[in-house]
Amino acid sequence: MSARALTFRAAALILLVAFITAPQLFAFVFKPLTVNDAPAIYNHGSLLALTLSHLRTVFLATLASTVLAVGLGIFVTRPSGSEFLPLSRSLVNIGQTFPPVAVLAIAVPLVGFGEKPTFIALFLYGLLPIFENTLAGLSEVPPQALEAAKGMGMNARQRLLQVELPLALPVILAGIRLSVIIGLGTATIGSTVAAKGLGEVIIAGLQSNNVAFVLQGGLVVALLAVLIHDGMGIAERAVAKRLGRPVDEVA
Amino acid sequence: MSSLRPHLSLDRLGSVIAVLIGVALFASPFVVYRANRIVAGEGRMLTAALPPAGALGIILTGIGVALCAALLRNPLPRLAAAILGLATVVPIVGWSATFVTPLGNTFARVSPGLGFWLLALAFALLAADALTRLRLGPWVRLAAIAVAAGAIALLLLSGAWNDLSLLKEYANRADSFWQEARQHVWLAFGSMAASCLVGLPLGILAYRVRRLRAAILQILNIVQTVPSIALFGILIAPLGYLATHVPLAAALGIRGIGAAPAFIALFLYSLLPVVANTITGLNQVPAAVTDAARGMGLSPRQRLWQVELPLALPVILAGIRIALVQNIGLATVAALIGGGGFGTFVFQGIGQTAIDLVLLGTLPTVALSFATAIVFDAIIDLTRRGPT
Repeated sequence: MSARALTFRAAALILLVAFITAPQLFAFVFKPLTVNDAPAIYNHGSLLALTLSHLRTVFLATLASTVLAVGLGIFVTRPSGSEFLPLSRSLVNIGQTFPPVAVLAIAVPLVGFGEKPTFIALFLYGLLPIFENTLAGLSEVPPQALEAAKGMGMNARQRLLQVELPLALPVILAGIRLSVIIGLGTATIGSTVAAKGLGEVIIAGLQSNNVAFVLQGGLVVALLAVLIHDGMGIAERAVAKRLGRPVDEVA
Repeated sequence: MSSLRPHLSLDRLGSVIAVLIGVALFASPFVVYRANRIVAGEGRMLTAALPPAGALGIILTGIGVALCAALLRNPLPRLAAAILGLATVVPIVGWSATFVTPLGNTFARVSPGLGFWLLALAFALLAADALTRLRLGPWVRLAAIAVAAGAIALLLLSGAWNDLSLLKEYANRADSFWQEARQHVWLAFGSMAASCLVGLPLGILAYRVRRLRAAILQILNIVQTVPSIALFGILIAPLGYLATHVPLAAALGIRGIGAAPAFIALFLYSLLPVVANTITGLNQVPAAVTDAARGMGLSPRQRLWQVELPLALPVILAGIRIALVQNIGLATVAALIGGGGFGTFVFQGIGQTAIDLVLLGTLPTVALSFATAIVFDAIIDLTRRGPT
């Protein structure tokens, strides 16, 4: 990573942290956007608390989807689960035509308002990319590597834990990253169903016709997503490098 | 293959489907009855939801399909069983709505219950598995989606579902439904067309000029990472400024809130798949082919139009398919900023906790993106095999 790219990221991170912890310092930027002396900075709650609860929802939901999706991915690539493999692949394709908002919207009448429908939507939708990439990663393991592992006397469990999963890890991580990014967006929309999160700022701005709120909410969510996406990408490349595999640059 | 196995062995996937059908038939309400559209509903089991003949018909069909799924391995009869199941259960749920609604009561609402959804899911899973195993050609898939669309249209036009709450919500909003439908299609497909007009030349440029490639892709990647509602929000401020300070912009209908920011955001989102796939597609053209074209005396322009682009077409179309499906889904969020589309019903429905109104927005969106994905996949297959 070049020095310039590093300073750029560091600057973006510092800006984000500064804005979330002390938004009043930036009031002068947003003041020109307001009319009728409306507040320039979101004043119904602390941005820090909203950010933390936003991140907590995304983290917990992604953790749950990762456990289930990787487990399912392992199951359908074993001989005992092979009858589910063709259907799994089509389901992944079909599932992706389902908009994340739809999952959220259907969950509301079933479980009520608040964190619950958001968590369910994030969890369900987050399964897809992770499951797809677990399938792809596990089926891309070179047969020679498996043969070699078998030749060394490893049993199925050892092959899975010591050969297949490590080799598939970068691809699985890419799936988790995609899930997290989709989750950040869906959690933002979750504010329409009263989940605590950064979407609240945008929604409040839309309802009170305060462009300053809309813009600051949008910028914080955008910066957060870009930085997390970037950070996870760096972690993926580090893992891939340790495995000595060629690295796919962002394409 | 099946002849090598003992004739009556259990299929694992089929067994799961059979269990689903069992739970749906005997342990879940077939429909949900509400005294009016927003109160909590009470489930009605199959026997209470239909006259005896109807309930028996569904139970027998369900058991028959479950047996087929668990015992037969040949995909063709499994597909036939799944289609028979769907063709029985889907119209009958409308009959059930008529049966459950007290005569002359216009406030009562009947919606499909867990049992109906589980049955539909089980049959659809069985059909999807059989279709995957049959590996149908692109023309057959196109014909199948046309038949499915025709069957759904016939069902809706026949009035068999008119007593279901979903169609009552529709009947109250028939005009605005089609208006929002047009708006949704315009947002999703219009922004896609704009993105092709810009994205294809941009992709070709990025393919030719290596130094630009990384920069363009990186910027588009960042755009793609920004959550939809955040991007809408970021666009609202400058567009609002434009509308108040440039009379022409306001005359063109550009306002801070409304369809304009949604259209622009969808356009920006769809650029990445188009540009990235144009570059990948052009990259995949074998060097030997371009060399031969050069040897034949084709100019760079002729090479691009007659050799490189046609060969890259399937990959480019795959990019357009990804972008379109993504756009159709994201266009639902546009309703939050006053951009219209099916999302209008979704967010109204959330506000009123009226699940049928949510479904009125969700089901067409899902159907549209599903059909788009199938049609595009078939076209991509056709261009792959097409004359080269």
